[in-house]
Amino acid sequence: MALRVEHLRVYYRTLAGDVKALDDVSFDVADGEIMGLAGESGCGKSTLGKSLIRLDGRMRYVGGHVLLDGEELPVWDDEAMDRFRFREVSIVPQYAMSALNPIRKVGPMIRDLLRARGVHPNGIQRELERRLELVGLQPDVLGLYPIELSGGMKQRVVLVLSTLLDPSLLIADEITSALDVSTQKAVAQTLVEFRDRGFVKSLIVVTHDLAVLAQIADTILVMYAGKLAEKATAEEIISTPRHPYTRMLISSLPEVGVRYEEKELRGIPGRPPSLLEPPGGCRFRDRCPLATARCAQEPPWVEQDGRGVACWEAETTTTQAALLAETR
Amino acid sequence: MSSVPTAPLASPSDPTQVEAVPVAQPMSGFQETLHFALRNKKLVFGLSMTTALLLFALFGPLFARHGPLVYGGDLGLAPTRAGGYWFGTTLQGQDVYAQFVTGLRLAFIVGALGGGIAAIIGMVIGFTAGYRAGWVDECLNMLTNVVLVIPTFALLLVIAAYLQVRGIVTEAVFIGITSWPWAARALRAQTFSLVSRDFVDMARLSGRSSRHIIFKEIAPNMSSYLFMMFILLFGGAILIAATLDFIGLGPSNTISLGQMMQLSVQNAALQLHLWWWFLPPGLGIMAIVGSLYVMNVGLDEVFNPKLREM
Amino acid sequence: MLRLDDVSKTYHVGSFGRGRLAAVREVSFELKAGEVLSLIGESGSGKSTIGRMVLRLLQPTGGSITYDDADIGKLRGGALKEYYRHVQGVFQDPFSSYNPIFKADRIFGLVHAGFFPGISRKEWDQRVRASLESVALNPDDVLHKYPHQLSGGQLQRLLVARALLLDIRYLVADEIISMLDASTRIDVLNLLADLKARGLGILFVTHDLSLGNYISDRTIILRHGCIVEMGATEKVFGDPRHPYTQDLLASVPLLHTRWEQDGSRRVAEPRPDPRLEAPRLVPVEDDHFVATG
Repeated sequence: MALRVEHLRVYYRTLAGDVKALDDVSFDVADGEIMGLAGESGCGKSTLGKSLIRLDGRMRYVGGHVLLDGEELPVWDDEAMDRFRFREVSIVPQYAMSALNPIRKVGPMIRDLLRARGVHPNGIQRELERRLELVGLQPDVLGLYPIELSGGMKQRVVLVLSTLLDPSLLIADEITSALDVSTQKAVAQTLVEFRDRGFVKSLIVVTHDLAVLAQIADTILVMYAGKLAEKATAEEIISTPRHPYTRMLISSLPEVGVRYEEKELRGIPGRPPSLLEPPGGCRFRDRCPLATARCAQEPPWVEQDGRGVACWEAETTTTQAALLAETR
Repeated sequence: MSSVPTAPLASPSDPTQVEAVPVAQPMSGFQETLHFALRNKKLVFGLSMTTALLLFALFGPLFARHGPLVYGGDLGLAPTRAGGYWFGTTLQGQDVYAQFVTGLRLAFIVGALGGGIAAIIGMVIGFTAGYRAGWVDECLNMLTNVVLVIPTFALLLVIAAYLQVRGIVTEAVFIGITSWPWAARALRAQTFSLVSRDFVDMARLSGRSSRHIIFKEIAPNMSSYLFMMFILLFGGAILIAATLDFIGLGPSNTISLGQMMQLSVQNAALQLHLWWWFLPPGLGIMAIVGSLYVMNVGLDEVFNPKLREM
Repeated sequence: MLRLDDVSKTYHVGSFGRGRLAAVREVSFELKAGEVLSLIGESGSGKSTIGRMVLRLLQPTGGSITYDDADIGKLRGGALKEYYRHVQGVFQDPFSSYNPIFKADRIFGLVHAGFFPGISRKEWDQRVRASLESVALNPDDVLHKYPHQLSGGQLQRLLVARALLLDIRYLVADEIISMLDASTRIDVLNLLADLKARGLGILFVTHDLSLGNYISDRTIILRHGCIVEMGATEKVFGDPRHPYTQDLLASVPLLHTRWEQDGSRRVAEPRPDPRLEAPRLVPVEDDHFVATG
């Protein structure tokens, strides 16, 4: 079992109090699995990604355990995590490609980074060049400044860099958002290739774009307002979603081939609740068309055969779907 | 003088970034600023020092028993309570205390006037160059560079040769029209970055004139920056005035802190151990300018959320 | 009618401005009332530049943009204001479109002062409320609030409400929903479709093909500043003839179909075409044009 997260809670300190960005989240990621973390802004997916490597000073660890390959990660301690960063756990943060040092060439920058991590650059130079070629970049890209590279090239450099030491876990935070659709495809496929070649053992891909996840992820975890809503394989989430939020989200996505005159899509009215003082019970209650009085009590996370959902009404929808499938 | 503050421009909050620290603000912007302002030691210290000196400058002359230029007392008297010569007398028998408080007043006047003129010119040129860009920007840049490299000392000598009497106002005006270039440059850069924001385009689409856009949309966004810039110009003007006074190019009809220092050096006060003649003006200049700069650093921390410790 | 004839925008680049960069090359099309026209392109395609030129925030360096047969490039002062009564725009970043130190409803005040100075305060407030309701916003939820207290979706709708206060005939929507969440995107998009049904002509600038397909009647595919394919949306998306369009459509991630596993990977982004002229457009069928060369 590559990664196991148990009841993780991470809050943000603010003047007004604690923002409960991540409230009791548990899941597993197997070796070789690409897990997609989907959700909209404020759901906690970026927080979850960053808390696994502890890279944000404003975060306050409150409780829970993270185990990687059986060993507990000290996600509450900034300095203790340093041993694991880049070697066991690596992250491609949001906007990484814009964060490359503009006044250093790519090659010297990578050498500095490696030395800072206690790795001798010369020993790994061969491997670095091999991987650059693998993603379709000429090794002479190391002699260029970041401004001479396009967005897609920079993103691929960052990908190669963050997986250079073959980490067990790679967290990719919104790596395709700022790219054009054609480079998006190339970068997403690169991720899968890294997993296939064993450069990373497991991947967590954080993004709001369900369509990209449908292409490359094995499992998808949908989050809402700091909690898990649903977890299933990519096909199951797309074709038979159980949580009302997932269902409404998917039915609000326009696809090529669907036009307004043919089928008017609907969004989800309202906004996610403030996480400063989150409401009791199910956090999706106010926007959910299936909400009942029972939803005033927080639904438990029910997991069975690798599929998990946190909704009182999930059973009814599942039974309905099963009945429908039977009568066809 | 080139401690240009980092501008705390309100940055557009990207929704995907809001994810990182979810928005939760019960306090209004002003209240929050005040909250941090009162907790910032540098700001509180600088502000109290400056206020204390200002009060001293306003009310100090009321307590002076003798005029600043009057040759009355004993020559080179050490500070004593007799006769009200609390700061002693100069080698010519003038009351040092009276000279000091007069000089303090003049320092504030030259700071306000000189700094104010420089601020206005800097704002006009900086905003126009930043907003219009193109060849207007090129011309104003040329003008800024020319004024920047003019040797102010030589210019002042030439002017001094033509004017019979130079008052404090003349000195302030001169400082104002020669010390604005760096302010104009800084404001131009800030204006450039704000002009590319969408709300400026929105104002254009609403048919607003350029004047409205500069003064009602862009300038208020930079209000904290403008405020801090004025403080720097204020302090800078006082320093320049002190330097000019020290080399003898000060106002000819009154006595300022810099002139006190000049006279004390000319009369070998250091060798004669007349410390009460040069120490007060020196410390006075240091105190005013120093407390202004400390206040500015504190303000920078207050206005810029990124510099605050949480 | 809003028409672009061979519109080009060239910038001087390089040392001493000797080089030339053509952001837009000889683009021609018409925008009619009651129609949504999508300008689809990747970054660097010039789509936003075209949008800004239509809004007179930039001047074309070649060709002309005419509104009811009057060249908008020559409008000044009062005439320009008249143009803005009929043509307005909404931009990508809802938070950047508001001056952060003022309340959000100040944008209505600006329109009041600029275009309707004679109308009383009371009458204006009523108009504002009506406009807000027509974009499905509750006036009491959004008035008297600062931009950071509202969501991206609400802010974008406020901007549309502002545009509707004027008697506009054309709206330029420049990537207006790319910074919104998926669940609110579709509502703003439906609003645009609603406005189209009421007779508004919309120039919808986007990089997202699914959005363009959902809402537009006609589509223009841009690449490096020139049009590569143009026509009715069903024809461009249903039967793409230009290799670039085909490439784009093949790269869009779909929910229910996997990408074709092609061994080739487009790794080097093709260099921008240094020519300043655009390739010619030839019709391949009724209302479907493709660039040659």
